[in-house]
This record gives sequence, C-alpha cells and structure tokens, in this order.
Amino acid sequence: MEKNIMQPVPCRVDKIIRETEAEFTFRILYSGETKNGQFFQLSIPKVGEAPISISGKGEGYVEFTIRKVGKLTEGVFGLREGNQIYMRGPYGNSWPVELFENKDLIVVTSGTGMAPVRTTLKHFADHPEIRREVYLVGGFKDRHSTLFDEDRKYFDTCFHTVYPLSREKEKLPGYECGRVTLFLEQIPVESMTDYNIVITGAPAVIETTAKHFFERGVRPERIWVSLERKMSCAVGKCGHCKMNGTYVCLEGPVFNYTVACQLFD
Amino acid sequence: MGYCIEKTRFDEILGELAETYQIYAPRLDAQKRRVRFGKINSVSQIVTDRQSDFSAKEVYYPISQVMFYFRDDRVEISEAKDEKDFLIFARACDINSIRRLDRIFLENGGAQDLFYKRLRDKVKFVLLECPESFDECFCVSVGSNIAEDYSLAVRINDDDVKVELKDEDFEDYFDDEEECDYHAEFVTENKKTVRIPQISRDNLKTVSELEFWKQFDDKCLSCGGCNTVCGTCSCFDTVDVIYEEGSNDGERRRVWSGCMLEDFTLTAGGSRARKTPGANMRFKVFHKFYDFKDRFGEEHMCVGCGRCDIRCPKELSFFDTVCELHDLIEEGAE
Repeated sequence: MEKNIMQPVPCRVDKIIRETEAEFTFRILYSGETKNGQFFQLSIPKVGEAPISISGKGEGYVEFTIRKVGKLTEGVFGLREGNQIYMRGPYGNSWPVELFENKDLIVVTSGTGMAPVRTTLKHFADHPEIRREVYLVGGFKDRHSTLFDEDRKYFDTCFHTVYPLSREKEKLPGYECGRVTLFLEQIPVESMTDYNIVITGAPAVIETTAKHFFERGVRPERIWVSLERKMSCAVGKCGHCKMNGTYVCLEGPVFNYTVACQLFD
Repeated sequence: MGYCIEKTRFDEILGELAETYQIYAPRLDAQKRRVRFGKINSVSQIVTDRQSDFSAKEVYYPISQVMFYFRDDRVEISEAKDEKDFLIFARACDINSIRRLDRIFLENGGAQDLFYKRLRDKVKFVLLECPESFDECFCVSVGSNIAEDYSLAVRINDDDVKVELKDEDFEDYFDDEEECDYHAEFVTENKKTVRIPQISRDNLKTVSELEFWKQFDDKCLSCGGCNTVCGTCSCFDTVDVIYEEGSNDGERRRVWSGCMLEDFTLTAGGSRARKTPGANMRFKVFHKFYDFKDRFGEEHMCVGCGRCDIRCPKELSFFDTVCELHDLIEEGAE
C-alpha cells in the first residue's frame, strides 16, 4: 500500500532538557536516518503540526529545541518524559557537510538559530581530522536565553567562539555585550583561502551578516542559510512556505546564498 | 457518437447513471442564492444561464476533509467512504482546472497526496457546452476554453439535450437513443481578453517592487473569497479538533486556505513572511501567471473563469490587475 505522506507516527519522548525559561530540548526516540539541517513535522493530536529543525541526534534518538510560542509549542510543553508525540519526516535538504570538510567554517547564529546548525557544529567538534578553523559567533538576547550551554563549553575547546548578548549592558564571563554583527570583524576572512559561512536565525540577522561579509569581498556562493516558513504539510502541497516559485519545504530549508538572495516572499 | 434526447428521457438516463455515479452539476444552493456544485437528478436543476459561484473542485477536494482520527493514543487514517464515483457536469474551464490541481497534489514534491487522489480518481466529467461566453470569462486568452478530458458532452436546449459520447464506458446508457451529428463546440471568443504579463526570472524582482501593488493595501479586505471560488487554488491548512474537553479523542482535518488571507504565512513564532494585501496580490498574480508555469511547464495556472472578479466584495478585478501589470511591464520595457 502506498505510504500516506501526511500520516504522523507516534514516538516516545525520552528526555526533556530545560534550556531556558522558554526553550526546552525534547529528545525523542527515533532510529531512522536524518541529515544535518533537516526538520520534522511535530504534532500533538488536537493541537496541530509545525516544522521543527533537528537540533541534536545520537544513537536511536533525535532532538528538537522548541520555544514556547504558538498553539503547537504550548501543547509540546505539556509533555512529560515517557509521553508520546506524533511526528513525520525528516523533510528538506541538508547542510552540505561534506563540502564543509577540510575547509575553514564560519557559523553565525542568532537565538534559536543555533538549533538547526548544532548537529553540524558537533560533527566538526567530534572530527578534528576533517576540520580546519571553525569560527562560531552565537548570539543570544540575554543571560536567560542562552542555549546549549554544555555543547558550547565543548565547542570552546576546539572552535574560535564568541557569544554576544544583545540586551546585556554588563559583560558576563564567557559572553560579550552587543549584537552578533559587532563581532564579525574579528573573523579573519580575508586571510582564509577556502571556507564556507553558515548564517541562521532572524531574517534581519541573516541579511546584515551576509552584507557584512560581502563588503569584505566574500562571494555569495560561500554563504549558506536556513529559512523558516509556515508549513502545514512539508511535502509541497499546502502552499504556505512557497516563496514565489520555490517551496522551502522541498527545495530548502538550506539554501546557498546565490539562490537565497533571489528568493522573496 | 452523438445523440439527441428529449429532456424527460434524459432525466431517465440520469436515473440510470445515478445507480453507478453521484451526479453533480452547478445548481442553486439550498437558499437559492448561489450556484454551487451539488447533486442533481434532473437536467432542469442545472443552472446554465450564469457562471457557477463556486468551481467544481469542492466535489473532489472538499472544503473540509478529515485526514486522521486520534483515538486512545492511536492515529487512524480516515476511511474513504465507499461511495459511488463522481460524474460532474462542468464547463471547459473547470475540467481544465483539475489538471492544475493534479500538478500540485499528485506531482509536486514527487509524492502523491492520497487524500486528494482517492477522490480525484473517482471523477468523470460531462462537458457542459458553453453556448456563449459569460461577461467575466477570459478562458480563450489563457487557452482553457477547449477541454478534452471528458466522458460525455452535453448541449442543453429548451426541449432536448444533445449528447456527445466520448467514453465507451457510457455506451450502454445511450444504446436505444436517436443518433445525431453532435460534437461539442467551444467558445472561441470572450468579451474579455487577458493581456498576460511577461514576467521572467530577469524582471521578477523589479516587477515585485512596483508601486502598483501598494494600491491593494487599502482596497483588499484579505477575505480570501477569490481563493475560495477559484478552481485552481489548492492551498490548505491542517486543523486539529478535539471532540470534548478532557478527551484524547479528536481528528485532524484539512481545510481550504488561501494566499490572500492575512495569516496565510504567519508562523507559530509570530513572524509573517508577507505582511500586506499588496504583497499577497503580487504573490497570487505571480503564481497564477508566472511561477506555476515556470515550475510545471505547459500552461499558466489561471483558467480564466472570472469567478474571483464576481466574488470580490470590493469589486477588485484580478483580470484588470493582470492586464494593468502587463501594460506596466510593457511600458517599462520601452
């Protein structure tokens, strides 16, 4: 019988990790293949479905970091470990991780934008043999909204890291004050010969960060972004994520900037 | 093969067909206000003197459709009702619309939508010949005035019905009828001829930034009525419904949505990709007259039925919008 592409399957919530007051990471038992940068449609029966990026993965599980907004995410926050959640996926393309290997990598994220790139950061932290210099500029709003504290300690040991907090006036240990764009200058992109740049997060941050690098002579093909859009189906039917002729669920969510800069809503 | 059949006899044939098919045609709704596709048992119920307010898509792509039931922590696919196939009396524009919906539901993304397919596979059409074009039609200029995918065609006269038999599955119904030389004819001109804007990858961005779109910010109510009546609009939301408070039992439905609605792009996080009615109108015009064809080849999405123009409470004309955009681009090109 042909697979019903809209059918969610029940999966068990194995662990719930509190990241911040508003953000939790849900570890869900799942043994299928996934690629870095893909997403699932997560659903709670009677509440609804929404696309959520894979923020972590390991043997027999995937993780999703969800912020408490909207109807679906309220429903998710009622879940406890051992409960069942419905999901379907994975959907979308992925970060071109193989292309990133043995080249310098610059990753600029804002807020929960670190979630879709976290598996890729971990991959390079775990594999020094395929890694060159990695620069991570991970911006958050304030001291209460920082994500993946443990992972970032690990990243600090092998990457050049800086974590700007946009709304903090006083410098905190391990953090800087200001927006991510203030800390791009210190990345020596001019001296890099072969590199890629990943930008995730709010559209304004993506745009200003890309602009910063263009002004320093970076060519758009070196930049990769992940786009977020409303999706009801994630399989190219519902029409919500369409940006003119491009279906973000099918052709994205990861786009090279040469393509992304042509897209508009 | 053609037949000439008295109306009373044609109704008897409809009765015979009704044993195998659910027969739908444009007819007055229960309030006798709107013409929508509903079940008929007599040719006299078919409204022929005006364009139906809704398209035929509501027969095989219902406004609301249960996809899944959630029961006791299980998810079950809604069963397709084991009902008869659909025989739909429809004009050429509506018959051509289904091909557009097929592109989205059966082709786009490389996977078939089974909720759509299981109803769509039941559809057979009876072409309702258009003796002449209605005021708002512009099917000729988008090439959807001629349909080929039909089983039967009819011309409904005052006293009789002329029938063209195209699908041999229907031969038995007409065995004893008087043969005549009848082949369906199609309108070859409309009162309106759409000027299709020359949008391309090269001018897409420039065209999208025209001041032209801003006029809709004040005029359009974002009611989505134009999407509702369109035979080619395919977008939907999924909605979960709980049967009673405290219960785990419920269902997931899909319901029509539309790009002209204010919240069409609103995410759970509160961001909205398109923020103005003007941006929505631009998106719709591009979809109907540029990117659908760019993606699937062959034909534009709009079939020129003119229903959106009739439906708009603010009398905004999609036809005029498309033509004016064409002219603006032409002027810019000079």
